[in-house]
Amino acid sequence: MAQKVAITGNEAVALAMKQINPDVVAAYPITPQTEIVQIFSTYVSNGLVDTEFVTVESEHSAMSASVGAAAAGARAMTATSANGLALMWEVVYIAASNRLPIVMPVVNRALSGPINIHCDHSDAMGARDSGWIQLWSENTQEAYDNMIQAVRIAEHPQVQLPVMVCLDGFIISHAMENAEVLPDEVVREFIGEYVPQKTLLDKEHPVTAGPLAFTDSYFEFKRAQAEAMLQAKPHILEVAREFAKISGRQYGLFEAYKLEDAEIGIVVLGSTAGTAKNVVDKLRAQGVKAGLLKLRVFRPFPAEELAAALGHLKALAVMDRADSFNAFSGPLYAETAAAMYDSGAQTKMVNYIYGLGGRDVGLDDIEKVYGHLARIAESGKVDQRLNYLGVRE
Amino acid sequence: MATLRELAKEDLFLSSGHRMCAGCVAPVVVRMMSMAARGRNVVVGNATGCLEVATTIYPYTAWKCSWIHNAFENAAATISGVEAAYKALKRKGKVEDDYKFIAFGGDGGTYDIGLQSLSGAMERGHDIVYVCYDNGAYMNTGIQRSGATPKFADTTTSPAGKVVPGKTQWRKDLTAIMVAHNIPYAAQVAPSHWRDFVTKAEKAIDVDGPAFINALAPCPRGWRYDTADGIEMCRLAVDTCIWPLYEVENGVWKLTYKPKEKRPVADFLKAQGRFRHLTDDMIQEFQEQVDRDWEALLKRCGEA
Amino acid sequence: MTAKGWRDTVPGGWIKEAGNALEYKTGNWRSIGPVFIPENCINCLFCWAFCPDDAIMVKDGKMVGVNYDYCKGCGICARECPAKNKALVMGEEG
Repeated sequence: MAQKVAITGNEAVALAMKQINPDVVAAYPITPQTEIVQIFSTYVSNGLVDTEFVTVESEHSAMSASVGAAAAGARAMTATSANGLALMWEVVYIAASNRLPIVMPVVNRALSGPINIHCDHSDAMGARDSGWIQLWSENTQEAYDNMIQAVRIAEHPQVQLPVMVCLDGFIISHAMENAEVLPDEVVREFIGEYVPQKTLLDKEHPVTAGPLAFTDSYFEFKRAQAEAMLQAKPHILEVAREFAKISGRQYGLFEAYKLEDAEIGIVVLGSTAGTAKNVVDKLRAQGVKAGLLKLRVFRPFPAEELAAALGHLKALAVMDRADSFNAFSGPLYAETAAAMYDSGAQTKMVNYIYGLGGRDVGLDDIEKVYGHLARIAESGKVDQRLNYLGVRE
Repeated sequence: MATLRELAKEDLFLSSGHRMCAGCVAPVVVRMMSMAARGRNVVVGNATGCLEVATTIYPYTAWKCSWIHNAFENAAATISGVEAAYKALKRKGKVEDDYKFIAFGGDGGTYDIGLQSLSGAMERGHDIVYVCYDNGAYMNTGIQRSGATPKFADTTTSPAGKVVPGKTQWRKDLTAIMVAHNIPYAAQVAPSHWRDFVTKAEKAIDVDGPAFINALAPCPRGWRYDTADGIEMCRLAVDTCIWPLYEVENGVWKLTYKPKEKRPVADFLKAQGRFRHLTDDMIQEFQEQVDRDWEALLKRCGEA
Repeated sequence: MTAKGWRDTVPGGWIKEAGNALEYKTGNWRSIGPVFIPENCINCLFCWAFCPDDAIMVKDGKMVGVNYDYCKGCGICARECPAKNKALVMGEEG
């Protein structure tokens, strides 16, 4: 029987890892992810998992050892945040290009500098082109559920891609929430026995992993890698459908909240969706046709589905908790705008950069965004595309 | 210790058809490690470098065993992950056979950019052998100086000029740094002394826990000597005491080869184009440093 | 080897044909090469031990010749041959 527990995001992720019982975990502490490896190490110390726990000397080695372990046919995991993800950058790409189904919770934290330990999405956003699938979580429940689904998605023979499970640093990782956790055996049955598609540990079939690919072959490997991402969507949804059977919780590529008849809406990732839903409810009570789209799967980017869900809006704000410093927009805006343009949607769009370095975003802030959208919807004109929310002028 | 006649019957894990330069000694290092690992299942990890690129140009591989390249600085961490996977899968009964794990990195990938990864893997105690094939510069990128480049050597980033006479620093003593990790086995080898090499490699492979081997691997392009002279360069390095052969087993230092007559360093230096610009004073300075290092080593080995 | 289209690549570009570099002949790198003189050979096998290219052929513990498919002509074998009258000498015909 599933059990309701009061649990923090980090505890829930660590618990999911315990239930998954990976063959190898190679990890390094970094705020706000640290608790995950701490809690997991107590599972190791107390014999609650069979995992080979590799306490590496850096995140670069965490990802390097994960690549080695996964290449050797192990179910391998690590976890990180911010600068830790940045340090492992090089190998993050290599993990994906080797098509290794590593699962990595990323407890989202602002990248330096200046150094800051609090939430924003600059870490995971920076890795958006690394070839990893990215699942984003609104709360502890979703972080837990995404962890368990991530294993199945990553290991799907037609996917074979690593997966990041993103959860907002402190806001989710350290906040106690009620969540429903599944019994160990249900999780184990759901993820199943891992059958690696390839391994270094088969003396009858020795392999050369990570050869040098020159101009005559590199492009073909990258094209094949791109195809895995292109084909991942139905498998993500298939895993979600199966997960619903054991959990009763439905997951898609995104969650549309009161969006169907909405005239104005926002696109958002992570915990801010929770705040924004309250604002939507309040506005709806006032007769404003407000809606929300919370993106769960950022990689692969569900362009067509997004455009289909958003194309009827008069005005749309894309909320980016990361800046691209490209003198244009945040990353989520740019891609959403591209998807909307391709679909022929006439929706007026603006971008809001918000919450950098853990800057609090409250109901009032989100209300301001909807207020802006209402004005745009009425006038049919975008006064200012790029906006910064909650920064002192 | 097997004879060459016996070893020559073995199927070594590096095949012909690789594209290392003619006369490169790095493949000889690999072959001697393979001689030592005979009869065992081996997984090799390889840092980015000459050996890695020239042995695995897609769609060809010269490796007959399983092999993994991840990046430049992380061969030790990568092979530690492979070893961890092996331990976990063996424990769960998913892997039945026994395996040994050997990582190869050049001096750039080991002394410099890979030092942290190597240090971490050694400290964690993985059952791996890390072999540095030390050719004393970043040869793959075109002979740039590394922490292993000898003082005064003319490289493309320590060019001997009118003001600066090549590299201005002494080498880092990586083998001693590895010994300081209190690992069960560390050794310095040179392919010229094949019996010493293979004996040490066997110990390194068989020891329970991490082992480190620093193998001299002369580079005809970078050192500027005739391609035929690679093994002779090793011999000169050993006989001048520039590259002493020793091992450290559970903290006990042992000299495994003592030249009957210590040759002057000039014999080594003058045989190579990278030292052609050296003045007598520089050679003298080089000699004095080698003498100091040699005396210190003799003391550590209880020979003085 | 025919170049494969992307659909036919192995995920990650892993090579499954261990040791297939044997298909890649490096013998044409050689300008001069070692010529084997069997009557001078003492079968010490130093040439085999020191050859970077595994191009020394040994059968039943005896040196039987140079594999010119792979020999790059570096000359290490000839240089290291310890026989009084060298069993390997570098030459145009090698």
